[in-house]
Amino acid sequence: MFNNDPLIFVENVSFGFQGLEVLRGVSFVLYRGDFMALIGPNGSGKTTLIRIILGILKPSHGRVVLMGQEVDQFNQWQRIGYVPQKATHLDPYFPASVREVVALGLLSGKRFPRLITHQDEAAIERALEQVDMKQLKNRRIGELSGGQQQRVFIARAIVNGPDVLFLDEPTAGVDAETHARFYDMLAELNRNKGLAIALITHDFGIITKHVNKVACLNQRLFFHGTHEEFCSSEVVQELLRGEHHLVCHRH
Amino acid sequence: MPPSLNSPMDILLSYAFMQRAFLAGFLISLTCAILGVFLVLRRDAMIGHGLAHVTFGGVALGIFLYVAPILMALGVAVVSALGILKLKERAGLYGDTAIGIISSLGMALGIILVSAAGSYNVDLFGYLFGNILAIDPVEVWMSFILALAVLSAVAIFYQEFVFLTFDSESAKVSGVRVKRLDALMGMLTAVTVVLGMKVVGILLVSALLVIPAAASLQVARSFKEAMLISAALAGMAAFCGLVAAFYLDWPSSGTIVSISGVFFLIFYLIRLRCKSPKGGQNVPGSPTDLIKLGE
Repeated sequence: MFNNDPLIFVENVSFGFQGLEVLRGVSFVLYRGDFMALIGPNGSGKTTLIRIILGILKPSHGRVVLMGQEVDQFNQWQRIGYVPQKATHLDPYFPASVREVVALGLLSGKRFPRLITHQDEAAIERALEQVDMKQLKNRRIGELSGGQQQRVFIARAIVNGPDVLFLDEPTAGVDAETHARFYDMLAELNRNKGLAIALITHDFGIITKHVNKVACLNQRLFFHGTHEEFCSSEVVQELLRGEHHLVCHRH
Repeated sequence: MPPSLNSPMDILLSYAFMQRAFLAGFLISLTCAILGVFLVLRRDAMIGHGLAHVTFGGVALGIFLYVAPILMALGVAVVSALGILKLKERAGLYGDTAIGIISSLGMALGIILVSAAGSYNVDLFGYLFGNILAIDPVEVWMSFILALAVLSAVAIFYQEFVFLTFDSESAKVSGVRVKRLDALMGMLTAVTVVLGMKVVGILLVSALLVIPAAASLQVARSFKEAMLISAALAGMAAFCGLVAAFYLDWPSSGTIVSISGVFFLIFYLIRLRCKSPKGGQNVPGSPTDLIKLGE
């Protein structure tokens, strides 16, 4: 029902680092309402691709268009939420409360001077409510468990009501129960708000349960299609080299 | 009839040089402490130390060229702060390596220039070890203006600096101009180091940036709280240090920094006690508290 609106357009993107080819000719489109898993072995360029899409790295070739604007000129960062991989390696003594961390997400929608006002409190409360963390808003972020911290980072990423959310292995080191609750929450945001999600993961359980698109990367894009196409793809089975057994039906 | 000078504080404040020292010491310590919270959390604590060494080169250049040393030090420190950033970015060096290179070159330049000018004298001693009791009214005004500029910049860019400190990559994706703010932070640090040089000297100025901030981080539960505690500790250290230095006839720089060190020790022990399973009160949200939450 959301799939008519292209949000992210990646065209023939290549990237090299110190003479090594990291990405080669990667192209795909992410639409409103997509929940896409970006999978691939370690060192396959998944994080690099996300960093290029977000303008943190410049591609050596190709282009990225975000919501109709070239990434170089893009200025609607409040429409994009990002939870980086290193969010799971937070300094436990960093003196920021949960509320303060979520408030940082509001800066992308503000002009100079970027100050948080009393009017912003409602948005912060709403975002914390969505991830079920409102009761811990005055806690220091480092005091929370890994799963709770990830929910706070999601709240920071969605506090502006973005159209797309990028997550880089968001549940690394998180226990099984929190892991399941976390992905249920993402699926709900995707279903109810039409939030497009691009998720780097090594977890094939997530792919079988929640996502509707899969992109398989190993320097180049081996596969990009629906969950069903992914399950029947020979290229993907070859890439996995029998390391994983996929159960491709939804409960 | 003039009021009688009964209390020790009355006697202390009856001296104009002590009034100036309190005012400048308090302002500068406060500025160092607030900026220090960002630097410590960004793992940039050593930049203060490095820029202080460079400042020696600036002071020497000022003496050599017969230009006000503090102004020359200010210019050299700002340029060096930007140089450290560029060296990190362009040459791909680690931050501490870039700081090490620039600071030792600054110090080396200073030694050569001082030797050439034949100025191994009391002036230089004052810059190295600080002499806030000798601060003149013009320097107090200058400190006031510079401290106000640094604190205003921190207030205006507060949220962006916090974001940058917490997670620079996400800050960039939020449209925060990370490189410009890094440069601004470097320049503010340079100005603050030059200010601090007057209070505790080149050799101890990084202590004003690091110790109150590190003490506050032992107990602070939010960023604002960390800045408030750091500022309060720095102000108290400056006050107590000057009083102690006056009555005990100790050097003010060493006394202020030593008192800061005592504050750090106290706050570190408070943190240890709060975490201790026996005797200490459990801090809400400590690991044992999290077990109760079932996570």
